[in-house]
Amino acid sequence: MPDTTFLDSTELVLNMGPQHPSTHGVLRVILKLDGEKVLGTDCVIGYLHRGVEKIAENRTYAQFNPYVDRMDYVAAVSNGLGYCLAVEKLLNVEAPPRAQAVRVILTELNRIASHLLWLGTHALDIGAITPVFYCFREREEALKIFEQYCGARLTTHAFRIGGLQYETYEGFEKEVKAFCDMFLPKVDEYEELLTNNRIWVGRLKGVGILSAEECKEYGVTGPVLRAAGVKWDLRKAQPYSGYEKYEFDIPTCENGDTYDRYIVRMQEMRQAVRIIRQAVANIPEGPIMGKVGKVIKPAVGEAYVSIEAPKGELGYYVVSDGATQPYRVRVRPPSFVNLQALDRMVRGGLVADVVAIIGTLDIVLGEVDR
Amino acid sequence: MADEQKPGGSDAPSPEGGEGVKPPEKPAAAAPKPAPPKPPAAAGHAAPKPPATMAATPWDSDLARDLKQRFGDRVAETSTYVGQNFVVVKPDSAVAVLEYLKLEGDFDYLVDITAVDWPKRPERFDLVYIVYSFSRNERLRIKTYIADGYRPETAVGVHLTANWLEREVYDMFGIEFAGHPDMRRILLPDEWQGYPLRKDYHIIQQDQRWVQENLGIESGQ
Repeated sequence: MPDTTFLDSTELVLNMGPQHPSTHGVLRVILKLDGEKVLGTDCVIGYLHRGVEKIAENRTYAQFNPYVDRMDYVAAVSNGLGYCLAVEKLLNVEAPPRAQAVRVILTELNRIASHLLWLGTHALDIGAITPVFYCFREREEALKIFEQYCGARLTTHAFRIGGLQYETYEGFEKEVKAFCDMFLPKVDEYEELLTNNRIWVGRLKGVGILSAEECKEYGVTGPVLRAAGVKWDLRKAQPYSGYEKYEFDIPTCENGDTYDRYIVRMQEMRQAVRIIRQAVANIPEGPIMGKVGKVIKPAVGEAYVSIEAPKGELGYYVVSDGATQPYRVRVRPPSFVNLQALDRMVRGGLVADVVAIIGTLDIVLGEVDR
Repeated sequence: MADEQKPGGSDAPSPEGGEGVKPPEKPAAAAPKPAPPKPPAAAGHAAPKPPATMAATPWDSDLARDLKQRFGDRVAETSTYVGQNFVVVKPDSAVAVLEYLKLEGDFDYLVDITAVDWPKRPERFDLVYIVYSFSRNERLRIKTYIADGYRPETAVGVHLTANWLEREVYDMFGIEFAGHPDMRRILLPDEWQGYPLRKDYHIIQQDQRWVQENLGIESGQ
């Protein structure tokens, strides 16, 4: 470690995880410390590796669809959307407008659910116990809508290649609208608890700064990038699934610290409600399934399709050799790539901030390890 | 990619020739219906179905011309498929192209590095870099075909994010990157034997010895 140390101090190596309540799963971080100061880290990952990409090569395109839900399991709907879009790209089909609108509604609901889980656990890590109960209360309402729609709360498998399998249920629009009306004031409620809370501000401001340049160097995307001032969101930059039809803003901040990332995510939840309201107000009539054969067999070729998942750019690189099974599926996971920046963010900081920074990166180990 | 398959396909019958009639290569295995034995001309089958090569069309733009002019025959191909552009370069110039694209083309975000295994091909692996430019809002894939055992240069000097991405490629495919600061496995245990995303690694295969020694069980399956 080239960083300065006191002459006669020795470097302390501290093992954090894989069983640690604040690592949000089985992440192991080996910390090198000089007193309270972090000199460097080494992340040990892979505890949840299930070989998702290998499984893909041994399943048909449709059979693999449910597996993607098990990567970022708190945002399974986004995972499914990305995969379906990638295969649809290879097949050169597009989901019909009705399916696209329902996809947007569910995906944005999932963004809210994912951000709520992040907020609750992040606050819990910092020592604020109350928000987690509030967050889970509202998250449950979103999950109920998933459950009503497709029978599952978390690993939803909500979408099919080419569109949707299920029509919306009776009262879907009403429930989604009711959720939006209920949810917006709740965001204010969370903010009341936290935004100006002196302890919260003290623990987050200026902690784990990642500048825009560093974000680009490390390939960090999502709220972390936007908190550093880069107004970039794939829903705007390269719209998919009809996002170009909806009006919404890309919230950004300037400092790129943990507090700014908190602000950005809070704003994103509000924007998600805005999108859902527009989408649910006029879901087009029509079919929910595009022209996809019973046997999905794309022509020889390859495509990379990515979406703005709650955690950043989630991409699927799918290679077809003309068979019914994908020749190769590569998942570009936002959590894995973002986690790489952890070392840069904690270096030179205090050991207590490591927990805050892991929380603010909003990683899901199922997606890091795949 | 698939262009390279044809030589592999016509090549293959000679080693397997003694074995008898087993012409279908991986691409031909794609079409399970025609059971009657086919002559080894792998490309000639199934006229109504799409050909066994990727129907990529040449990609012509300022950037493509610029790359060709700058790198000459080290850029072997500039193509586009389903609206996505890609460049095929010689293995030794991939990092130079990445650097050029970053500095001159503003492709400042390395999205991903991955590989695809084509065991029948002499250059066994596709090594794929995906880059994106915020200012141009444009995505580009840089592909290179490398043989097993070839050590491509690391891209860490150009994009820091290549560090973990290359480690994962090494972990899964056994492609070692020359000059990488930390060439260790990343998802699998350090002592694990075998590279799971190679096509000759069976789906239920595992490192038995590692499992027995470290987990104390007969099998993880």
